[in-house]
Amino acid sequence: MEPVILTVNGTTRHLFVAPHRTLLETVREDLDLTGTKHGCELGECGACTVLVDGTPILSCLTLTVDVTDAEIVTIEGIGSIAQPHPLQRAFGEYGAAQCGYCTPAMILTAKALLDRDPDPTDEAIEEAIAGNMCRCTGYLAIVRAIASVAETNR
Amino acid sequence: MTIDPHHGIVGKAAPRVDSLAQATGMTRYVDDLSFPGMLHGKILRSTQAHARIVSIDTSAAEALPGVHVVLTGTDLPVPFGLLPVSQDEHALAIDKVRHVGDAVAAVAADDPDIAQRAIDLIEVAYEPLPVVTTITEAVKVTDEPIHREPPRNNRDREMSLEFGDVDAGFEAADHIREDVFFYQGNNHAALETHGAVAVVEEDGRLHVFSATQVPHYLHRILASVLEMPEGRIRVTANPTGGGFGAKTDVFSHELVTAQMARITGRPVKIVLTREEVFYAHRGRHPVLMWVKTGFISDGAITAMSFKTFLDGGAYGSYGAASLLYTGQLQTVTYRIPAYRFQGVRVFTNKPACGPKRGHGTPQPRFALEVHLDKAAEELGLDPITIRKRNLVEPFTSTVNHLRITSCGLSECIDRVVETSGFQDRYRNLPGGRGLGFAVGAYMSGAGLPIYFNDMPQSEVMLKVDRGGGVTVYSMAADCGQGSTTMLATVVGETLGLNPSELVLVTADTDLTPVDLGSYSSRVTFMAGNAALDAALKLADLVLTAVADELNLDPDVVSLGRGVVLAGDREIPWAEAVRIAEAKWGLLVTTGTYKPPKDIKGDYRGAGVGPSPAYSYSACVAEVDCDRETGHVSVERVWLAHDVGRAINPLLVRGQIEGSVHMALGEVLMEEQAFRGALHSGPSLLDYKIPTVLEMPQVESIIVESIDAEGPFGAKEVGQGPLLPVIPAVVNAVHDALGIRIDEIPVRPEKVLAALDDLERGGDGRYGPTDLPNYTFRSPQRVDPPPETVTV
Amino acid sequence: MLRLPPLRHEAPSTLEQAIALLAEDGALLAAGGSDLVPNLKRRQYPAARTIVSLRRVPDLARVRVDDSGTVRIGALTTLATIAGDSRLPIAIREAAGTVASPQIRNQGTVGGNLCVDTRCDWLNVPDTWRQAAEPCLKAGGEMCWVAPAKKDCWAVSSSDLAPVMVAFGAEVQLIGSEGQRSIPVEQLYRNDGMAHLAKAPDEILTEVAFGSHTGVRATYHKLRRRGSIDFPILGVAAAIRLDETNICTEARIVLGAVASAPLRVPTAEHALVGRTYNDESIAEAAEAARKLARPFNNTDLTSRYRKRMIPVFVKRALQELG
Repeated sequence: MEPVILTVNGTTRHLFVAPHRTLLETVREDLDLTGTKHGCELGECGACTVLVDGTPILSCLTLTVDVTDAEIVTIEGIGSIAQPHPLQRAFGEYGAAQCGYCTPAMILTAKALLDRDPDPTDEAIEEAIAGNMCRCTGYLAIVRAIASVAETNR
Repeated sequence: MTIDPHHGIVGKAAPRVDSLAQATGMTRYVDDLSFPGMLHGKILRSTQAHARIVSIDTSAAEALPGVHVVLTGTDLPVPFGLLPVSQDEHALAIDKVRHVGDAVAAVAADDPDIAQRAIDLIEVAYEPLPVVTTITEAVKVTDEPIHREPPRNNRDREMSLEFGDVDAGFEAADHIREDVFFYQGNNHAALETHGAVAVVEEDGRLHVFSATQVPHYLHRILASVLEMPEGRIRVTANPTGGGFGAKTDVFSHELVTAQMARITGRPVKIVLTREEVFYAHRGRHPVLMWVKTGFISDGAITAMSFKTFLDGGAYGSYGAASLLYTGQLQTVTYRIPAYRFQGVRVFTNKPACGPKRGHGTPQPRFALEVHLDKAAEELGLDPITIRKRNLVEPFTSTVNHLRITSCGLSECIDRVVETSGFQDRYRNLPGGRGLGFAVGAYMSGAGLPIYFNDMPQSEVMLKVDRGGGVTVYSMAADCGQGSTTMLATVVGETLGLNPSELVLVTADTDLTPVDLGSYSSRVTFMAGNAALDAALKLADLVLTAVADELNLDPDVVSLGRGVVLAGDREIPWAEAVRIAEAKWGLLVTTGTYKPPKDIKGDYRGAGVGPSPAYSYSACVAEVDCDRETGHVSVERVWLAHDVGRAINPLLVRGQIEGSVHMALGEVLMEEQAFRGALHSGPSLLDYKIPTVLEMPQVESIIVESIDAEGPFGAKEVGQGPLLPVIPAVVNAVHDALGIRIDEIPVRPEKVLAALDDLERGGDGRYGPTDLPNYTFRSPQRVDPPPETVTV
Repeated sequence: MLRLPPLRHEAPSTLEQAIALLAEDGALLAAGGSDLVPNLKRRQYPAARTIVSLRRVPDLARVRVDDSGTVRIGALTTLATIAGDSRLPIAIREAAGTVASPQIRNQGTVGGNLCVDTRCDWLNVPDTWRQAAEPCLKAGGEMCWVAPAKKDCWAVSSSDLAPVMVAFGAEVQLIGSEGQRSIPVEQLYRNDGMAHLAKAPDEILTEVAFGSHTGVRATYHKLRRRGSIDFPILGVAAAIRLDETNICTEARIVLGAVASAPLRVPTAEHALVGRTYNDESIAEAAEAARKLARPFNNTDLTSRYRKRMIPVFVKRALQELG
């Protein structure tokens, strides 16, 4: 076990983690931030996406000990049921979540895109979420939801 | 009698009631649960495709510090199977293993690393047995069948049925066409892998949480395999991260998690890896098909003969039903005056197949719709005309005794043909582009339950609190399709209450009355009707009480949005329910739904196919094909679906778009294929699910035929829209390139092979030619219902 | 949940320390981890003991372009950074932009992609699967299941950057216990799936560099099933110079993902150089590429199909440059 200091959703956490523990395991199992999902643990589905210094990365491929100097943001860090992020609201309004399992990763990926490019084209949205698999919606409602938030940025 | 919505709730596009929980990461899927002292379980899986288990040595695993329990097959000896006719599985293999990935042993330990190490320490000695992996091999006589009981070699099940005089029908035909098709198997690939957590509660009862679509069936099978009374077990179905049929069976990990919790007294969790999901499978059957149809020259069908050969994998699962589904629903779209269906399902040493979206019908639908496309060409008809010539009429009975009621198929066809410009653009698109057309139909719930009984298929209970709050109790399991939102919408519409303000208690065997589960597209129709029934009774109690209280004629008392309208007065709902509780006591109502009894025929096999209503779809697909690479890109899809009534158009559209996505995966790239008995790639890298970049523009067209028996006229939408997309794409490839790909998926290699054949002067076809050497027994003859029966 | 086997982790702050750690048994170098971690989770490296992360070593993630137009890309520069750097040739940016998925490009590095382990359908499989098959050559077994008659491993070079870097004549800098050296990217690879890198295990690739690309026309075409996520199953990198009379003066054509190393196709280059650049010379070059490569059935789509696609992709790449 190694002592690590992690900054997650703005809170600094002191933890002991095994060196082979991934960030996915740490946020879900050590920090109880279970909003981060997983579908393959091999970097093939995108469901475990979190933001590290504002950039979407796959927490299943990231060792916790390698992100001790970064700002980590999970789905719990961008909004709550009391104060949802506009993307979180839009995903409901546009039917962009069915089973909801890919949704946290999709929203974080979309947030990183909109932070970088507040008014992306549909093509740019598609490029941004091309590493996030969704098995329910056929993606179209997801693109509409993200575009709707972009529209309010105009 | 259809009840028309008048509160503006049904028919309005609205978010799912749980959408904010999903979008904020609050929704609790099964792997999100943890309990104090929870152990982590792991299953050892067979590395042999077919072998006798000579010995299992678990001593080193048991001795490993941190290991609390190790189970093997003999610890759970009771066989099980979801269908009463297929009790051929064990929680862990006894005596022999039947496919790579079959569950052999299980451990529970303090942490996942220890559990993995313990699994690595279990030594299994196998004696390999002959391995069967193809339909052709599996129909042969063998000394070592995959299942000894019942003794029928590797044949799981056979059906042979004839409705009307098929030979006479062929005699009367001007033109007869035969085709052979193959549809490769594929996996649901729900994004969440399966998992279960079992907890022994304070009262000593066992509580099993599972990512399941069928909490009721899991409850029954847990009781049976664990040899415990049902009352000592509680099953909670967590919201699942996608189902599509994957989670409609009962699996090893659910049973061993429960047993290990029971033995240790500690909570135990097992969540499958993606590799294990491909071994648990229960996905689409690979099906080899032969179809022969007689036509008169105007395109009218005189008779059809259909044969199917299903590669079932190692266990029965839902296979007995899957087999019949490959034959039964052809008649639901077309009037077929005489029809013969012969099918066989075989066992092979591969993971068991089962139900996936469209259960058993996408394969024959692909075959039928491509076959009709070819027949139209030979008869000099266009693809629309040949279908329209044979279209089933509403309120009739099919030759195999299925009851057709509302049917918006004709309108679906007209709408996609018109919006796609099909008639002008078909055959006229420039190089490499093409259009294809097809239709489909699906059940709004299976007419019969899986185990024979006369009880309702769905039950809903409503309870009202003194503040006016209404709680809806239903076992319907939300696998992403939106069943919880549907229940809230139906109850909300009936009572004039905002769906988001209702309390929904779902999918828990302790708390909710039975619903059979989220399969066969049954929930909107059946649980929706049960909810409607309960809500109407509650409305009646409230309105009667208010009328009494105010000395009004009940006819002048009705429900408005959040109020009771009593003559010229508006009484707030909360006040009205207090009046009602004062009069009646506790306000609880129940509703039930049981399908009509007269929707099925009287023959062996008649139980599969009947439904209280069928949904209909029509599709036009536009493709752009690359002649040099064989790559097929689907550019645009028009899909019209007769959903009866759209309870929530947002969710209906979502099901259509999602169906198109899944269908495109199946037709172009997804396959659960094998190298011998080894999966060709049990990962989400090798198993190709289309990404957003493969997704075309989809024009979703909702057609409402207002079904007389559906809740507010609604029928299903979860499965039907998938069906026509697959043949529409294949027919579009023909329009684009002049080739016929009679085998799914349409890999680029196949396209090039067909183009090469065309170039060499062949017919430009790629697909199977031969059927296995198998003789079906002579068909059970069934008289068709009297001609022109109108229901 | 699929997890990593227990491992040690070191994050030295100097290259010297990293080199020393890599000399130990079972040490594996990690840059972005997007190739290493899945391979470890699938238990492809049973001898692995320690992950040596380069993340604390300074100055490895810089892109520098000097006055002469020479480009130097630090090994830890992410693929996303490369894809978005307008100073770089478009072919290199596009090749970097086709790697895996956006998230992986945010993690994955230039050095990691150049060194990415060879892949094979019989090796890059989950654990139960691999135990169910007899171990292949690379997994410690007796023979290769893809080409059982031969005593070699044919796992596929799966880097998208390698072919374009070879096409640009790039060099890599390697630093190890024996000192520092620069070699052409072309010489970084060996056509051996077991050991595809011509570098010592304790040598670290720190930088890839190439000279001015003014006047170079280059492109990268990638075959894969989906527009994202998938590894290449054929990559064609082409870089040419044409003079004012449309004569091809220089050409490099490199095939990726059809062997255990990126394959340069001298015969195709000869078909172009010194001749008018037209459909005829392009067709000859495409045919030369087809003749050279012998893909095996060890990745997505059949080898026959991939072989057939070689001239198609070479032709399309070269036509784009005309």
